[in-house]
Amino acid sequence: MSTGSNDTPALLDIRDVSKAFGTVQVLRSVSLQVTRGEVVTVIGPSGSGKTTLLRCVNFLESYDSGSIRIDGKEVGFREAGARQRRSERDLAAMRAETGMVFQSFNLFPHLTAAGNIMLGLTKVRGKSSAEARTIAEHWLGRVGLAHKADSLPAELSGGQQQRVGIARAVAMGPKILLLDEITSALDPELVGEVLEVVRSLAEDGMTMVMVTHEMAFARDASSRIVFMADGGVSAAGPPAEILAADTDNERLRTFLARFRASHF
Amino acid sequence: MLTQIAYALPFLAQGFALTLWVSLLVVVFSLIAGVIMGVGLVYGPMPLQWAVRIFSDTIRGIPILVLIFFVYYGLPAVGLHLPSFWAAVLALTLFKTAQVVEYLRGAVGSIPKGQSEAAMAIGLTFRQRLTYVIFPQAFRRFLPPWINGVTDAVKGSALVSLLGITDLMQAINQVIGRTYEAMPLYLLGALIYFAVNYALSQASRRLERRFSFIRD
Repeated sequence: MSTGSNDTPALLDIRDVSKAFGTVQVLRSVSLQVTRGEVVTVIGPSGSGKTTLLRCVNFLESYDSGSIRIDGKEVGFREAGARQRRSERDLAAMRAETGMVFQSFNLFPHLTAAGNIMLGLTKVRGKSSAEARTIAEHWLGRVGLAHKADSLPAELSGGQQQRVGIARAVAMGPKILLLDEITSALDPELVGEVLEVVRSLAEDGMTMVMVTHEMAFARDASSRIVFMADGGVSAAGPPAEILAADTDNERLRTFLARFRASHF
Repeated sequence: MLTQIAYALPFLAQGFALTLWVSLLVVVFSLIAGVIMGVGLVYGPMPLQWAVRIFSDTIRGIPILVLIFFVYYGLPAVGLHLPSFWAAVLALTLFKTAQVVEYLRGAVGSIPKGQSEAAMAIGLTFRQRLTYVIFPQAFRRFLPPWINGVTDAVKGSALVSLLGITDLMQAINQVIGRTYEAMPLYLLGALIYFAVNYALSQASRRLERRFSFIRD
């Protein structure tokens, strides 16, 4: 399936992706491979390109050069050589293969919790509304919100909204789940309930790429941590190696030191 | 005096029917054209955005009376002869369309960008995003100014009398021409216009309440 790659087949294969916003180079030839079942956490100072990278994976953001493949298929551009954007319909179909959870939840305020989950199932997956409702209820149960199926987002706490956001993303059966600072907008006491859901998904073998500032969680839940700085991957490896206080990587050491100072 | 009014009523009713007919055509045409152009303005490629922007700014900068005369007396110069009725409908529609474009832009623009992104992320196409995510939310903001605009359309339709079309306004003028009783007839006319618009704004209030789902 995958063309030209002779490594172990990566589910997500990001190669040499670069992107500039005007004169600011936000991504500098970033490469990252994620295999099935892996949980990869991307850390780094703000402005290092973590979120932009994540948004490129489901083509919410385009990029200037390089390639991003999921399961061997180029995400945003047509296969044949020329960098021609996929059609709207193609793009939508590609995006349905990745789930994304947002920092600001972005639940649809006019739909109930179940309605939020059912929309993609009925309109994109072609399920009947009875089937979709069953799936929605299943996932709401998984995130501990079975009793909130008919509540509107505004009637839910931040932590509950974000759990619905996760349920909405995973109910689509994505190949990979993208989590963009999903606890950053939450009150501290609500962070735990959301991370618990992520942890249980990881245990189920869901492939995930997450951007987070929750270092303790990153250490416990990740198979790999990627440290980004100035738009490039500065270090990558197992949590114990990356989060070690005595790392050789100067920028990583500074980042971690500053992080520890501000968070403890 | 009452007998005169009673005598004039069937004639006024015909004029009133025409007023409603003109208003309805203008409201429907401008809604369709305005929503399409508004979507073009918000989501379209640059050239389309410019075209709509120029259209909207130009039209809104012209007094409606000038627009009506321009369409009726001006367009024949370039070979477009419209009967007075359709000239009036076209001019009023152009005017209203430019307003609908702005209502739509404002309503859609008030929806946070994250809503579109979340809709994209679950794989909805552009059309689906508008239909199921953006428009249902924008509707609540679109409705009040739009209904306001509908009442304006009903009132503005009185200008078609200037092209000799026998709408409610013209009917009233003609009755006055025969009876020389200006005040009671103008009062009656005002009352009819008021009744229509008051009913509209009440309906609008009810609709707004119905669609005011809670949101952050």
